[in-house]
Amino acid sequence: MEFKDYYATLGVQRTATQDEIKHAYRRLARKFHPDLNKQADAEAQFKDVGEAYKVLGDPEKRAAYDDVGQRYRSGQEFNPPPGWDGGFEFSGRDFGRGDAADLSEFFRTLFGRGAGAATSGASHRTGGDHHAKVSIELEDAYRGARRTISLRVPAVDAQGQLHLQDRQLEVNIPKGVRAGQHLRLLGQGEPANGNGPAGDLYLEIAFRDHPHFRVDGRDVYVDLPLTPWEAALGATVSAPVPDGAVQLSVPPGSPTGRKLRLKGKGIPGKPPGDLYAVLMVTAPAAETEPQKDAYAALARSFAGFHPRKAWEE
Amino acid sequence: MPNPDSMASEATIVDEQVLFTLADLCRACNASGAQLIVLVEEGVLEPVGSAPENWRFPGPSLARARAALRLWQDLDLSAAGTALVLDLLDQIEDLRSRLRRAGIR
Repeated sequence: MEFKDYYATLGVQRTATQDEIKHAYRRLARKFHPDLNKQADAEAQFKDVGEAYKVLGDPEKRAAYDDVGQRYRSGQEFNPPPGWDGGFEFSGRDFGRGDAADLSEFFRTLFGRGAGAATSGASHRTGGDHHAKVSIELEDAYRGARRTISLRVPAVDAQGQLHLQDRQLEVNIPKGVRAGQHLRLLGQGEPANGNGPAGDLYLEIAFRDHPHFRVDGRDVYVDLPLTPWEAALGATVSAPVPDGAVQLSVPPGSPTGRKLRLKGKGIPGKPPGDLYAVLMVTAPAAETEPQKDAYAALARSFAGFHPRKAWEE
Repeated sequence: MPNPDSMASEATIVDEQVLFTLADLCRACNASGAQLIVLVEEGVLEPVGSAPENWRFPGPSLARARAALRLWQDLDLSAAGTALVLDLLDQIEDLRSRLRRAGIR
């Protein structure tokens, strides 16, 4: 286990006041908050910053951390000193929000002992609800899917030490689910403390990026490349949809950017979404002599066509 | 003949048909009633029903309430500031959705 330099994470001096630590945390939390920053690594950075503030923002924990930290540098192999957990008592309030899975092993080794107090102190009869995020393919929303989901669940052992347990769960993802929606799995959350019912598990759904399709709510968009003659003369072309392909009739004189709507071919549901094929007229490069002649013939036939006419007035 | 699907958990979509009571939503968000009442007062959550004991929150309130609580607690915002951030996030999402429809990622 590596030693974590929480001061470096927050970018403050070891001598920083509690006020300076609070301001540094707020600035970084705003910058990396996953609800505000959609970059892939923002969430991990936000968790690091949050963990650092959990320790340094609390003078009691900061003093304990400073006591151990005098002998370590960031990234150095860390072994908790013998008898470490005997000397300090923490309120354990940090473990109430069910976010313990976000904390590093380093944090849990140093401060995980407070967990027992938080759990045994609150004798709720019903288990709490748990949350996790799951990424699925767009196709799964069209057909439904069975997925195995790995969860890390915090659990407190007989010594009051907090551990993360891995748990595998088979889930039938229902057809029609959309990105940003939650799925509810009754009774799959925290076990009850006693005879009451277990909590529920909520899975927040995201779609993985798709090479062809874009999703907007329940509607799906696909770019449909056309040759100039298909666009000009009209054609019946095959277009992909997430659950197969459809024959699409392109009317004569279709410009780039025109959307052809396939009603009800978006994400299934009540009502189902629509699928839009966005036309993209693609002109080939003229490489051979006959191809160059064909473009020259086009130019003669369309002598009156001036796409830049608006600029010439 | 055993059903091969019998071990898989059934999941239901938390859509508009799902209605949460205040107590349900508190449990699902790990929040207090007082916190959610403030979010209703600020207009972040819009339950149907007149008094807190009759409130019913449509399913999508869950995602909204969770985002509000995360921002509120993680950034030390005021309730009004939280409502403002959510309004701005709605506007950003609307613009992002226009970009997606236009084919710009």
